[in-house]
Amino acid sequence: MSDPVTPPDISDAPADTLTGGPRRGRGRTPGRMRGGAPLPLLLPALVGLVFLLLPLVALLVRAPWGSLSEQLAKPEVWQALRLSLFSATAATAVSLVLGVPLAWLLARTEFPGRGLVRALVTLPLVLPPVVGGVALLLALGRNGVVGRLLDSWFGITLPFTTAGVVVAEAFVAMPFLVISVEGTLRAADPRYEEAAMTLGASRFTAFRRVTLPLIAPGIAAGSVLAWARALGEFGATITFAGNFPGRTQTMPLAVYLALQNDSDAAIALSLVLLLVSVAVLAGLRDRWMTAAS
Amino acid sequence: MTETDPVTAAPSGKGLDARLVVRRGSFRLDVELSAAPGDVVALLGPNGAGKTTALRALAGLTPLSEGGRLWLDGVRLDRTPPESRPVGVVFQDYLLFPHLSALDNIAFGPRCRGVPKAEARTQAAAWLERMGLAEFAGTRPRRLSGGQAQRVAVARALATRPRLLLLDEPLAALDARTRLDVRAQLRHHLADFEAVAVLVTHDPLDAMVLADRLVVVEDGRVVQEGGPSDIARGPRTDYIAQLVGLNLYRGEAEGHTVRLEAGPAITTTERLDGPVFVAFPPGAVTLHRDRPSGSSARNLWQCRVAGLETHGDQIRVDLTGELPLAADLTTVATAELGLRPGSSVWATVKAAQTHAYPA
Amino acid sequence: MTTRSARRTRRTTRTLQVAGAGVAALLALSACSSSDDTSDSSDAAKSSTSSSPKLSGTVTVFAAASLKESFTALGEQFEKAHPGTEVTFSFGGSDSLAASVTGGAPADVFAAASPKTMAIVTDKGDAATAPSTFVRNQLEIATLPGNPDKIASLKDLTRSGLKVVLCDKTVPCGAAAQKALDASRLKLTPVSYEQDVKSALTKVELKEADAAVVYKTDVKAAGDKVEGVEFPESAQAVNDYPIALLKDAHNTAAAKAFIALVRSPEGQKVLTDAGFLKPAS
Repeated sequence: MSDPVTPPDISDAPADTLTGGPRRGRGRTPGRMRGGAPLPLLLPALVGLVFLLLPLVALLVRAPWGSLSEQLAKPEVWQALRLSLFSATAATAVSLVLGVPLAWLLARTEFPGRGLVRALVTLPLVLPPVVGGVALLLALGRNGVVGRLLDSWFGITLPFTTAGVVVAEAFVAMPFLVISVEGTLRAADPRYEEAAMTLGASRFTAFRRVTLPLIAPGIAAGSVLAWARALGEFGATITFAGNFPGRTQTMPLAVYLALQNDSDAAIALSLVLLLVSVAVLAGLRDRWMTAAS
Repeated sequence: MTETDPVTAAPSGKGLDARLVVRRGSFRLDVELSAAPGDVVALLGPNGAGKTTALRALAGLTPLSEGGRLWLDGVRLDRTPPESRPVGVVFQDYLLFPHLSALDNIAFGPRCRGVPKAEARTQAAAWLERMGLAEFAGTRPRRLSGGQAQRVAVARALATRPRLLLLDEPLAALDARTRLDVRAQLRHHLADFEAVAVLVTHDPLDAMVLADRLVVVEDGRVVQEGGPSDIARGPRTDYIAQLVGLNLYRGEAEGHTVRLEAGPAITTTERLDGPVFVAFPPGAVTLHRDRPSGSSARNLWQCRVAGLETHGDQIRVDLTGELPLAADLTTVATAELGLRPGSSVWATVKAAQTHAYPA
Repeated sequence: MTTRSARRTRRTTRTLQVAGAGVAALLALSACSSSDDTSDSSDAAKSSTSSSPKLSGTVTVFAAASLKESFTALGEQFEKAHPGTEVTFSFGGSDSLAASVTGGAPADVFAAASPKTMAIVTDKGDAATAPSTFVRNQLEIATLPGNPDKIASLKDLTRSGLKVVLCDKTVPCGAAAQKALDASRLKLTPVSYEQDVKSALTKVELKEADAAVVYKTDVKAAGDKVEGVEFPESAQAVNDYPIALLKDAHNTAAAKAFIALVRSPEGQKVLTDAGFLKPAS
């Protein structure tokens, strides 16, 4: 993913007086080889690339270019897109607020059953999203284990609401963030936190002012992963939050339902989603990933 | 800087009084350490001796085991968390926060201790000025040279006005040339520092230049302590002897003769009785191809060359035989003698160049 | 136990069958010898036996999700009557199934939940025979057990505060519900347009919604987890279920026999027991 956070290379950096100029930060290029790649690697790599790109190309080839403007003129498209962008961003925010501390707990503390907790955290990664949606209904639905209390105490019901969409998306997206941030935390030198503590920082201050900036690239990468996952989320969303235009019908839901009787509309919607996600991901990559390391 | 008798630094008084006990698995650290304000104490020892553990215990990063105690300026700190101890640490590789400028690294401590932002930055700027790094205020640590980073690290540790300054191998990360400058500057800053400084190093030169008192730790315990010159002249373990570059032997003295536990006797100038150490520098050894006839030296041993290596501008010859010893020769002398591993030689040492002291 | 092991054998041979026609012929022979032992063939099976006495191999049936329970039962009946045959099903939304068929999915029989979805297949010329309606399905309101909200009519669903889910208009049950609502000039804003009838029903089963407009058959299949409320407007939107033999059928004889079974009195009994209505004659 991104470069693990490394301590400043002082130990091996010769004084600038000797080498004539301070050394640049650790470059990325040394791992890159010159010359041709061996065929046993190149061939499957190219096949893999084609395999991943071909469906996207097909989408472009079969796109109803003639009626595209007409398809995109429908207000439902923009309604769904707006909802998708909003809910994916909100789900990422929820994942950040809850997931980063969780990742810290997993990476930096010892407690009995930590391995099990870690495995459970990653469970939504393997769980079919529809099952996740049903599980969310059983937990947070109007009649769910906790949802029942939410309903009777606060009058809050999550299913069929935009908040429900955010909950469903956060459920499937947060593990990506937790795993990514935990990995970065493990690679980061915990002694920076100790150094901060000897300077008078409490453990929380050390986390906030030292660790957090240090693992920012990992957090950014994890956020992008989580955001992308949330944007494409279908199964848990439609199961938990249902499908109502403007409220819970995100782009993937709109695509799926359009596919039922109007494949042109579905392709048009898919293109919009594809374009927006490529634009956002590319934009974020340039801004965060490279600048931070 | 006045030499203070460590015994007078009582728990109630000023300065440091500690017994650092840390058990970790089979390893046990048990080091008594006391120092008066203004003292610079060096913990010297081989890798794995427990020096860094001792430092971490002082900083509160490693808890003390049972039997340990830690008093600083009459305040008990055993249970105080690291962030509440009046302790500053210069870490081995400095651990400057890479995302903060040099100025903000120094201002970090004061900020955490409640100094307002503007005030903390003013203080930090003053520290940079004092360190001669004023123009590097906005520089990120990775753009600093090793020596500059080291000075920022020292300033950062001092900026919280600690009553105990800990330095973990403060010069180890530097190359030889930078080291010379930085060592001199560090000595200057430590001399100015009014509270206790404890320095961990495996380099005897750093220890001797920077510290008033050396505490030699081997395998978790103190094996010798004293002023740099005492240690340098009278090492009491092979490790220290090697560090200070002396041949060291243990034996039983009877007047001017010291009978070694295994092997021959050495004639000394000191007149002693009972168990003693005898030490002499490798430079005091003279080698001969043939048994010297007219030599006045009474210390004469037949040896075999075990190895040769350059040592500064000289050749260090490792000898085995009657008495295992190291000898330093000029390159010319080595060539004239035609020394090579396996060569048989005679070694002499003048009694006047030996130093015997009670064990 | 015996049926299970028999089934396993057939499954392994099925892959072989694809490998070559010669193997298929061999299997037909073995199926023939074993069919002598069975005598409990149904009328429907007999009628098809007359045209093709030695049925064998696999019949692949694509059928609307609402047919799952009854078709699975009919499939077992068919296999029993014709040892050596196997009926494999693919149940799903009629639209996606139709899309699969026109996309070239290997199927022998297609049973859709609406003429509209069947038309997708026939329009592309993928059906071998003209589709015929074999059952009809009527809408019903599914409420929570005991009907705590006292829902008695379609109009009751428009009460504010009531959480109602409908099928999306793109799927037959949604289209039918919309038709019924339009016919009675009711405006109903549901909390969700579900992607198929089963998910609409699930929302009521899990008590997340107070009511859903689904098929009678679904209410029946859900047992006591929901309670059905009939409403007269449902007569305005009865869905015809057409069935057709597909053009690319690999096993035409067996496929025809299966369609015959569906349309036979036995088949109709299974279907009506599940809540379907007999086709309008």
